[in-house]
Amino acid sequence: MSGSRRDFIKISSLSAAGLLFGGHYVQSAMQAKKIADLGSTLRTPTVCEVCFWQCAGWVYKNDEGKIKKITGNDEDPNCNGRLCPRGTGGVGMYYDEDRLKTPLLRVKGSDGKQTFKEVSWDEAFDFIAEKLQKIKKEHGPECTALFTHGSGGHYWGDLIKAFGSNNIAAPSYAQCRGPREVAFLATFGEGLNSPEPLDIRDTRCLVLIGSHLGENMHNGQVQEMSDAIDNGAAIITVDPRFSTVASKSKYWLPVKPATDIALLLSWIREIINNDWYDKDYIEKYAYGFDELKNYVQPYTPEWAYGITTIKPHLIRESAREMANAAPAVIIHPGRHVTWYGDDTQRLRAVAILNALLGSWGRKGGFYVPEKMSLPEYPHPPFPKPTRTWRDAMNGKYKLADLALASGVCDATIPSPDLDCNIKGWIVNGTNLIMTLPDQKKTIEAINNLDLLVVVDTMPMEITGYADVVLPECTYLERWDDLRVAQGRNPGIALRMPVAEPMYNTKPAYWMAKEVSKRLGLEEYFAWDTFEEKLEWQLKQVGSSLEEMKRIGVKNLPRQYSDMFFAPGEEVEFYTNTGKIELYSTALEAEGFDPFPVYTPHAEPPSGYYHLNYGRAPMHTFSRTANNPNLTDLMDENTVWVNPKVAKEWGLKKGEPVYLQNQDGVVSDFPVKVRVTERIRFDSVYIVHGFGHNDKKLKRAYGKGASDSQLITRVLMDPVMGGTGMRGNFVTFRFNKESEVQS
Amino acid sequence: MRYAMAIDTKKCVGCSDCVVACQTENDVPVGYCRDWVVEVTDGTYPQLEIEIRSERCNHCENAPCVRSCPTGASHYEAGGIVTVTENKCIGCGACIVSCPYDARYSHPEGYVDKCTFCLHRIQKGQQPACVEVCPTKCMYFGDLDDPNSDVSKMLKKRKFKTLIPEAGTKPHVYYLI
Ligand code: SF4
Ligand code: SF4
Ligand code: SF4
Repeated sequence: MSGSRRDFIKISSLSAAGLLFGGHYVQSAMQAKKIADLGSTLRTPTVCEVCFWQCAGWVYKNDEGKIKKITGNDEDPNCNGRLCPRGTGGVGMYYDEDRLKTPLLRVKGSDGKQTFKEVSWDEAFDFIAEKLQKIKKEHGPECTALFTHGSGGHYWGDLIKAFGSNNIAAPSYAQCRGPREVAFLATFGEGLNSPEPLDIRDTRCLVLIGSHLGENMHNGQVQEMSDAIDNGAAIITVDPRFSTVASKSKYWLPVKPATDIALLLSWIREIINNDWYDKDYIEKYAYGFDELKNYVQPYTPEWAYGITTIKPHLIRESAREMANAAPAVIIHPGRHVTWYGDDTQRLRAVAILNALLGSWGRKGGFYVPEKMSLPEYPHPPFPKPTRTWRDAMNGKYKLADLALASGVCDATIPSPDLDCNIKGWIVNGTNLIMTLPDQKKTIEAINNLDLLVVVDTMPMEITGYADVVLPECTYLERWDDLRVAQGRNPGIALRMPVAEPMYNTKPAYWMAKEVSKRLGLEEYFAWDTFEEKLEWQLKQVGSSLEEMKRIGVKNLPRQYSDMFFAPGEEVEFYTNTGKIELYSTALEAEGFDPFPVYTPHAEPPSGYYHLNYGRAPMHTFSRTANNPNLTDLMDENTVWVNPKVAKEWGLKKGEPVYLQNQDGVVSDFPVKVRVTERIRFDSVYIVHGFGHNDKKLKRAYGKGASDSQLITRVLMDPVMGGTGMRGNFVTFRFNKESEVQS
Repeated sequence: MRYAMAIDTKKCVGCSDCVVACQTENDVPVGYCRDWVVEVTDGTYPQLEIEIRSERCNHCENAPCVRSCPTGASHYEAGGIVTVTENKCIGCGACIVSCPYDARYSHPEGYVDKCTFCLHRIQKGQQPACVEVCPTKCMYFGDLDDPNSDVSKMLKKRKFKTLIPEAGTKPHVYYLI
């Protein structure tokens, strides 16, 4: 990295910063004294932020005031009183001794070496405000951007909107669920959002395409899947890997990677040609059925077999299974769906299949969600930015409904096509180095910045590139905006501090307000204390802080409509035709295929394997990689290898190997081999979020391989700019330096 | 009264929430555990099966650990729950060796520790912490002598097995298969 403008600084290169500043340096959670009895009077409401499912819970302390345990709130529809392992282990986030502990500023020593200097909050904020003003003067305020994941994003978002920019991007869109939102918008006139409005508990057939619920602990959904199993629902899992849920499925279809669209097209054909689709529903609500029927005729199960390797009879039987269950069937839209660059089209096929089976708006299918509308604390209107994030996309990706983190990152790199580059980033709670594909490009963008502010609780790869690091306190130590989640019922949940912030850490709302004062924008943060803001908002909806502290979660009756369409009900869909668009006029108008098209993707070169990646139930990407409680359950990933492949390479169980991708990138660290029948011979699999190279993460450093590092080939989705990440292939190396010896 | 647990291997996803919840409930130090998850894969691609089991002390009706304990620290509580009295335990480890299930560990504070079925919670009418937290609701706890308890009902309805039955320990943790 030396030679680049911004040297990566390992936070460990500091003096014993943590020790000096912490005061109470905590060894581990176990120092907490034993307690036999935790009265319910000691509990404080919280909303979990170990992932973004946002389960509401209760935090208990012992008589010495130490945080002891966290449990779910029974009234909360996101968790039904049961947190997932990460939420239960959320205490580890608070007790993690590797946390960021004080504001840091990048300085250059007389020897030219860049280091972080511990500074006061005032110094940090003055520096940020001065840089922002300079960017505004030289380039305009819209040359700033916010990347965010998590609650703090709202406050920083208000700050940069007030400043005059709307470049607010979350990697959870273009790197995750964006294609599915666009595909469902194009088909049903509505996206899915989070939590997805899936009536899994009442479904009779759940079809999972590459989603590994159970390993992917989207809490409410995992719970409902378990209810569905109890009720005898059939699960159909399409995955090159025998995932946990595959083992609970009636059908496991080990599809050849990158061929899902072929399977979907042949399912659609089966459903149509056998007259298994919902005729009344399609007649009443859908647009383009006849064209669809014509279009899919070539896609027989025999055709799909040649592409997907799934036997024709299995394609037929599984289609029949869905049809028998309809309309109580869910072809799950998935969540992380940026795979091969034709993802919007694949998700369109998923949407079409759901439409044919009549599951949208039906019990056991997709319900109509409701969400509480909570008024914002009064503030002046935001100025209209002269340039928006769309202008930074250079006319591409018009169907994207949210800003693209990758696009904003690209717009930071000077290019002749762009008349303006982004010059300042605020990065809140997202480790962009790991979340955005193509690390080299991200670092190039960073090197073109005048200001990089990183707000986080933990040192992450991204913190090493910051000019200023702002240490945020954990969700257990702060107030935050009320959780307003969509669901079967509208409702709100309260997060409040359970303990004083440890070390010199602060909540993001406080940081944003402090910066606003220095920019003359404090009228956008007009409340004195955060409680005052919450109290005002709660009053508008007939509640109060006192009540919310007591109950944590408040559910309200539905306001607008029933959860499902009534038989024969007139429904207006927010598409161009006002109907469910099997044939997409919106895609057509932008020059894209109105029906999903199967296109073959690159195959791995000989000796290489598809790099598949996914989740483990006890981890949320990098976020939990250093959590003492959760690393205790899993502290490194392994590379899953089919026994035939292992034999060919002479790989033994537990043997450490390096992975090298098609572009010659070798993993920083070796990863242990897991020889297992549970994976196809053309693929390997690793759990995402490991292989950290920041030494300050004591438990996570050097543990396993990072898939992010190996994702250098990005397959862009031309429809909405999603970054497909599954087009990478890896081979094994026994040695980091020398060549492969097979 | 005979306390028992039935765990549905068909619903368990191996998330280990039961392990974390036990650790935070019972002050089990990080690095140790009273319960753990076992995953067994059977078959060859693509004809595969996995069984996932959340394991813990079986609260054996015929417990070798209780018999082998020289001080009487390991003993039966009401309802057949096997526990260790910390201050009577000398940490000799005889019980650890005698347990066919490897269900016990030496606590760094010098005594032997293991699952208690969360006795302190059951006494208050609550469920064990693992049962209460499990996101798949795959664990059932209750009294085998009460035909209406969750556990009795599940054992009546489903096929089940116990671990290493040939050891003759008569386990009180059942796996629904
Ligand atoms: S799913 Fe788990 S980590 Fe995510 S919010 Fe819920 S309890 Fe927390
Ligand atoms: S919490 Fe439940 S689902 Fe998770 S591993 Fe334990 S028993 Fe299985
Ligand atoms: S499982 Fe082991 S520790 Fe538990 S009662 Fe049986 S022998 Fe004793």
